[in-house]
Amino acid sequence: MKKDLPPPYTALTRHPMMPRTKHDESARFNFLTHFNRYLSGTLGAGNKLAYETRVLPAFRAEHGRDPEHRYEIRDAMNRDPFHRMWSALKRNSMEMRQMNGRQAVLRQLDELDAQARQFNEHSGLLELDASIEQPLYQTCVDIHCQPGGYHSEERPGDVTVGANYDVGLFATVGGALGALNDGGGQALVAWAKANKPDWKPKRILDIGCTVGHNAVPLAQGFPDAEVIAIDTAGATLRYAAARAAGLGVKNIKFVQANGEDLSRFPDNHFDWVQTTMFLHELSASSMPRILREAHRVLKPGGLILHVEQPQYGPDMPLFEQFMRDWDAFNNNEPFWSAMHGVELEDVMADAGFTHAEQFVVGVRAVVDPTIFPPSPEGEAEDFGRAAVWNAYGAWKVAPAKEIAA
Amino acid sequence: MTEGIDWIARSGARAKGRRPAFFDEPALDRLYSLTLALASELSATRERLDTVERLLETGGTLRREDIEAYAPDRAAGEERGESTRAYIARIMRGFQQEVEAMENPDPPIMDWVEKLSTP
Repeated sequence: MKKDLPPPYTALTRHPMMPRTKHDESARFNFLTHFNRYLSGTLGAGNKLAYETRVLPAFRAEHGRDPEHRYEIRDAMNRDPFHRMWSALKRNSMEMRQMNGRQAVLRQLDELDAQARQFNEHSGLLELDASIEQPLYQTCVDIHCQPGGYHSEERPGDVTVGANYDVGLFATVGGALGALNDGGGQALVAWAKANKPDWKPKRILDIGCTVGHNAVPLAQGFPDAEVIAIDTAGATLRYAAARAAGLGVKNIKFVQANGEDLSRFPDNHFDWVQTTMFLHELSASSMPRILREAHRVLKPGGLILHVEQPQYGPDMPLFEQFMRDWDAFNNNEPFWSAMHGVELEDVMADAGFTHAEQFVVGVRAVVDPTIFPPSPEGEAEDFGRAAVWNAYGAWKVAPAKEIAA
Repeated sequence: MTEGIDWIARSGARAKGRRPAFFDEPALDRLYSLTLALASELSATRERLDTVERLLETGGTLRREDIEAYAPDRAAGEERGESTRAYIARIMRGFQQEVEAMENPDPPIMDWVEKLSTP
């Protein structure tokens, strides 16, 4: 496709579990895909203009100083007429994406549920545990304004929430994640192979896997590895396991478990522990616990990698922090702001990874560029949605051996 | 169709979590929801019309299942994408011109009226 045009929705690969969209359902996703790009590009520029030409001058006049925190900018911008209109449009676009996805899924739910049951009964890829409680960060609001979140059911045993996530992700990210929405996972494989060509991880753990779009590429990229993908949300895992089976992947298992308690796995068990766009959906109490467990189950010499949008840090202008915060307050991601405000390196250090073991690297979605043009960056970026991420990682060092006297 | 579930009613389920009010007047929030949904429906209808035209042009006849199954090739996809982009530019003109005005602000027209009316 031309660089400035998103691909049509029909460019998505219809794997066996992907809900079939009717003509107009695809067309609505096409509208939203274009509209989201227009909102972040052409109209997005208006937010900064409004800030610089009137909101900031008014703030200075009132307070006699510049804003000192992104929340001060948010309070001021939330009174600005242009930012209000822009936010209203963006929120509605998110809601319409959900409704269109749910219409497509719910009208064919009988077929989807039957298909998922068939895959899951025979593939052995799914291990549910009804005793896993849904954490508060999952249930307090429906993350991403996705009705039912990742954990709820329309009826017992259904796949609605996972199917809806998969069918509409394309519109949210403007097609930037590729034909299987898996450009993020593919990027991880490409990065690992480029940076450690001879590395052959045997056991890989993906925490917070949702529909497995980032975990399945790890299994495909390392066919000799055994991938365990966990999530607390059984409803989403049912779809994830069936999706993976439909793609013919066998070396992955979807397990309902909470990353805060990985006691089912011994110490030093995994060669690679991965989270992708997951930490910001947690809470200040659960994140350190999950990171400590991740450290415990990771082998010396193993890799931990957390893919996230960039942390705010002192070098990021407050206005950009405010824009990146939009989803926290308007798209039901209440930990987003606090999570991006912490020094993730320090949180990882508290979990057991010394600063010397850690690194930060940029990762870009791997997609077929002839069909899926790259995600817009810089001024035109849809803050928080660009398929360009920061990976916060560490290679775990073996503990120093006591030297015999 | 799905047994035992009103798929139309359930598709509109609201996400848990209080919705922000973007405007002081709640009716304006509702109006944005309504207008944008209508914009999306018209866009889908325009795309459907384009599909019908292309199918008729190629085959001379029409079957509804062909409309539902239609997937544009590269060239058609780009033409339709460009058409959607132009459509959005038309309906969003007021917003876009407001951004332009912030970029290059003008004085109130009365300033010019007075200036040009003064000999």
